[in-house]
Amino acid sequence: MCDGCWRGAAEMEAFTRLTSAAVALPRPNIDTDQIIPARFLSRPREVDHGEFLFHDARRVPATGEQDPDFPLNREEFGAARIIVAGRNFACGSSRESAVWALFDAGFRCAIAPSFGDIFRTNGMKNGLLPVVLPAEAVAALIGQVEAAPGAEVTVDLQALEVTFPDGSVHGFEVDPFARHCLLEGLDEIGLTLSLEDEIAAFERRYGRENTR
Amino acid sequence: MSEAPRTMFEKIWERHRVLEREDGQTLLYVDRHLVHEGGAAAFAALRRRGLKPRAPDRIFTVPDHYAPTDSRRLDDIRDPRHREMIELLASNAKEHGIRHFGLGGPEQGIVHVIGPELGLSQPGMLIVCGDSHTSTHGALGALAFGIGSTEVAHVLATQTLWQRKPKTMRITVEGRLGEGVSAKDVILAIIARIGAAGATGHVIEYAGSAITGLSMEGRLTLCNMSIEAGGRAGMVAPDEVAFVYLAGRTYAPEDWEAALSRWRALPSDPGAVFDAEVTLDGGAIEPMVTWGNSPEEALPIGGTVPGPEAAADAERRETMARTLDYMGLAPGMPLEGLAVDRVFIGSCTNSRIEDLRAAAAVARGRRVAEGVEAWVVAGSEAVKRQAEAEGLHEVFRGAGFAWREPGCSMCVGMNGDIARPGSRVASTSNRNFMGRQGPGARTHLVSPAMAAAAAVSGHFTDVRRLLAGGG
Ligand code: SF4
Repeated sequence: MCDGCWRGAAEMEAFTRLTSAAVALPRPNIDTDQIIPARFLSRPREVDHGEFLFHDARRVPATGEQDPDFPLNREEFGAARIIVAGRNFACGSSRESAVWALFDAGFRCAIAPSFGDIFRTNGMKNGLLPVVLPAEAVAALIGQVEAAPGAEVTVDLQALEVTFPDGSVHGFEVDPFARHCLLEGLDEIGLTLSLEDEIAAFERRYGRENTR
Repeated sequence: MSEAPRTMFEKIWERHRVLEREDGQTLLYVDRHLVHEGGAAAFAALRRRGLKPRAPDRIFTVPDHYAPTDSRRLDDIRDPRHREMIELLASNAKEHGIRHFGLGGPEQGIVHVIGPELGLSQPGMLIVCGDSHTSTHGALGALAFGIGSTEVAHVLATQTLWQRKPKTMRITVEGRLGEGVSAKDVILAIIARIGAAGATGHVIEYAGSAITGLSMEGRLTLCNMSIEAGGRAGMVAPDEVAFVYLAGRTYAPEDWEAALSRWRALPSDPGAVFDAEVTLDGGAIEPMVTWGNSPEEALPIGGTVPGPEAAADAERRETMARTLDYMGLAPGMPLEGLAVDRVFIGSCTNSRIEDLRAAAAVARGRRVAEGVEAWVVAGSEAVKRQAEAEGLHEVFRGAGFAWREPGCSMCVGMNGDIARPGSRVASTSNRNFMGRQGPGARTHLVSPAMAAAAAVSGHFTDVRRLLAGGG
């Protein structure tokens, strides 16, 4: 298959290697309703979604003021472009705006023991790399990030490795195809359109099955 | 000589494979693509690239998330953004020659209610929608799953989708469900058992006598919440229940006999191997109530709110303290007797005719308790018509429930149907997330019968007592 022929019209920012501070949300089952509440979903992609990120979770319910204790509100984590979270991060709704909100707020990578499946796919297709590490490694990373805010973490998609502030190196896996697209900033529509012959052949074979 | 036994999932997967790359990525052909208002970004992406939908006759659109439930008129929608989302969907459909089930029309409803109801969702199909609860349609023996907006654009443009083959999990529930125990209680019991990430990366097939004994409505409820267990999809093998349900529906196959013979070959072969197996005793399942902010935090109605000391580790302890604070609960509180402010009977989980019948059976001859606001929101215009033909709306109204127009409504509150901060809601929907039903709203997931029981009692109670004739 010719990979060169489906370049172009890419809408995605590439990801190769990132060194940045990280911020930790050490809780399991953080759902996409928390990442971006439903009332902001009518905004088109052109709108900056960063301000919707954890809109309600980062505020004190009674007053609506920013909660100074919420990690994303803490100044020492302001430069973070990596978010570290508990298991089943971004579960729930398929809303891609959960990725947009993280992306627009500057995040390019999320690290957790597991992710909601749809978010994981959405992230890979929108320049936000989801990295799955074992629960113990994530717990260690959270400890290091909280002990030394601003300490740097390096995520290398080429080498498939994360380097923690303490210098320890942790390998991870991602789907090779999605990795290729993300490394190159390619989006799949272009590729698939180049497979027109295969799709048309399938349609001829398949006929009218399941049209009614 | 004979081929290796295959699961139903594998049969459907293989039937839709256009090609498979060496790295395992597979291009799958999509039979039905359902789109609600959330498709706006995908249509915009298509337009930016000068592309058009490849197979408009395989795409169907319907407004549900922003649909008002106090009116059927666009002009009555107060928030212009909400109105625009509904208008935009209609105009995108029109521009591309896509069949649109518009607001006020006879087919409108929640996308996961109208798909099966119109006969759009059929055994053996590959169905996608930019919505996580697309798993619902698997109840008919289809492979149906939710996708993100970028993938919606991809399916619009190519009628295909890249996927890596997920793992399979069979959840077997044997035995007879007790009186007052419904499919909702079964799925809540399953999620409580395996956890909200218990089926991550898996397609679930539900099996066993407690599952095959469910009506189609019950199976739809079950498969609906597969995503709350982390599952990519959920499915039930098609049988006579499915065939009888589909016969005569608007989009049922023209060549019924040919379809039937295809469908009968779909169930998993004897001896087919699943990557994971889970079994539950159906007879032991009781009416369930969630107490926390994850669907896995569910207990039988006779249970008490757990305390942080029950948490396995520090992370969970911290989370539980936050959860109890948000939910306004304390360890040791019995769930039974917990006062509710609002009751919502609706959503793609529990808004079908059988759900409304179950709720009405409890509401009949009783009154919504003082100070409780209770709503019934039928899942579709067709469900609403049927319920009205059976007089259920009179039962509900007579008992003091509001009888509203079809849509997602309080399940997600996107149309403005939300609960006040701090109010406690008995809800038949699928997500008890923080803020899901409005900032600060406290959601408890229950079955329709349990929701109706909470409405007439003013607090959570064991519906079995009401069904037995007690007060
Ligand atoms: S009823 Fe709720 S869960 Fe179902 S599609 Fe609508 S918002 Fe989503």
